[in-house]
Amino acid sequence: MLAATIDAPTRTRPVLEVENLKAYYQMNYFGVSREVRAVDDVTLTINRNEIYGIAGESSSGKSTLIKTIAGAITPPLRVVSGSVKFDFGGSQLDVYARPKAMKAARWRHLSYIMQGSMNVLNPVRKVRHAFDDFAFRHMGLSPAQFRSRVEGHLKRLGLDPRVLESYPHQLSGGMRQRLTIALATVCEPEFIIADEPTTALDVLVQQDVLALIKDVQQRLGSSVVFVTHDMTVHAAIADRIGIVYAGRLVEEGPTDDAFARPQHPYTAHLISSLPRLGDVSRRKALPGKPPNLSDPPSGCRFHPRCPLAIDRCKVENPPLVSRATGRVACWRAGEVEVA
Amino acid sequence: MSVLLELQSVTKTFSIGGFFDRSKLQAVKGATFALDDTRPEIFTIVGESGSGKTTIARMILGNETPTTGTIRFMGEDVSQLRSRRRRLAFMARVQPIFQNPFEAFNPLTTLDYYLYSTARRFLGVRGAAADEALDKALNHVGLSLAEVKGRYSHELSGGQLQRIAVARALIPGPKLIVADEPVSMVDASLRMSIVNLFRTLRDDLGVSIIYITHDLATAYYISDRVIIMHKGDVIEAGEARAVLDNPQQAYSLALKNAVLPPDPTAARLALERRRSAVSAV
Repeated sequence: MLAATIDAPTRTRPVLEVENLKAYYQMNYFGVSREVRAVDDVTLTINRNEIYGIAGESSSGKSTLIKTIAGAITPPLRVVSGSVKFDFGGSQLDVYARPKAMKAARWRHLSYIMQGSMNVLNPVRKVRHAFDDFAFRHMGLSPAQFRSRVEGHLKRLGLDPRVLESYPHQLSGGMRQRLTIALATVCEPEFIIADEPTTALDVLVQQDVLALIKDVQQRLGSSVVFVTHDMTVHAAIADRIGIVYAGRLVEEGPTDDAFARPQHPYTAHLISSLPRLGDVSRRKALPGKPPNLSDPPSGCRFHPRCPLAIDRCKVENPPLVSRATGRVACWRAGEVEVA
Repeated sequence: MSVLLELQSVTKTFSIGGFFDRSKLQAVKGATFALDDTRPEIFTIVGESGSGKTTIARMILGNETPTTGTIRFMGEDVSQLRSRRRRLAFMARVQPIFQNPFEAFNPLTTLDYYLYSTARRFLGVRGAAADEALDKALNHVGLSLAEVKGRYSHELSGGQLQRIAVARALIPGPKLIVADEPVSMVDASLRMSIVNLFRTLRDDLGVSIIYITHDLATAYYISDRVIIMHKGDVIEAGEARAVLDNPQQAYSLALKNAVLPPDPTAARLALERRRSAVSAV
């Protein structure tokens, strides 16, 4: 619908540009101030019609990154510097320069598939109300039109419109997760953020949910930012992936390249540690734990756990530099061997 | 052969619903298997949510009594352990590990408290002797008492917490560890440290492990034997490699196909297959 009004040059522009974004949790309790650098100097662009996977361990700052991108931040989280710019159908939107404009764009242009489906759907109200609450005011339709639009949308996603009359507890976890996807896509947004939508699901259901997200994305031509720590999910769904470690983007590139030729030792580890069916050779686990972001290691934040670390890594932070197919932040990029 | 654990046609029926719409739910419909005492192994129970795998675990631990059938641990019927002394002796030999390490430990209690109380209860030791027992157990999981003492659960990662849970289970010197989905709440990158640890426990300490999971990839990686459960029925059982390489039932094949391979081309293909299978229905 919107695509028709966009003229050719703007179509090729990326839908999201994030520049040197820094977002810190700044706390001041009993005179002791603490700063947690959850997003530290992230620059990335997301193109139209692509699935961009963000991978990283818990507490690596990946959830904070997408919250900051969506402009959904509350103190003590603050954006210290940098910018987040969306381009919806030719109209520019700077999230932190004009926060009010962002409000109008939410759900209509930018929506969110959340992890805990039970937290999205109100347990004491029918599912229909969730659609009314989230989407109705953004669509500008009459109640009858809205209703038929929602029902048509559910049918296209392979869901029975009768689920609208059920309460969340009557539905299975997989069905609820599919409903949150329907909810996030009913306005046909150009930009969808999916935060670990498959983590709590059984393997069979997980595949169905992934297939559904891919279907919707292809039909709408939207951009999806897909966040999960599970690299096999990225392998299945992402066009490009960005690896986040301790609040920094350490590697980015097309999924096939990142899996075939990881440049950063952390990426290589994430991939080689995955168990494979039919293979029982011993897989190495990465020692140590993700760093504490209020007191991160000096230099490259990965150096205490890195098998390739040299003295330079301990003092100098490697910049994110462009390579043939992507970007990588490592002094010894490309030297890692894939098991 | 002496038998460590033996389940004989164990069933469990739950009664659900209110006064007027009471119905019965058969969570487990006849499970029979045995673990050998002389040959420690990793015995895996695979199934989706609602397949009855957790119910079996709870019955083995003595938290639920079977509706019919018997569970014997070293010749003793688990549901007949009446006296406190016999229950403690049983608990010392069969230890649990739970799914979510963030919930298993109280965030307001230091982690060593759990370890000390386990040592006091099962070994009857305090002070320096307890320190020694804790340090020994923690060394088995690649940690030390100095690293853990005085720490709270929020200070450690999920993988580390789960290792501490394993160390706690090791303190009484168990013969059997029942691990219910021990890695599903742990980051994919840290999972292998737990899974490798189970292998080490089996090989070095001779502990048998009942590993409950829905993830076939790690099941294939560590199991000696596996049973696959579906809606309370054991639909396949046998040597792990034999069963998982060549599944006989449609459901186990679907489970196997649902494992996404860690390779973009193959993973996309798997997803594509699932999409066409779903749209064909």
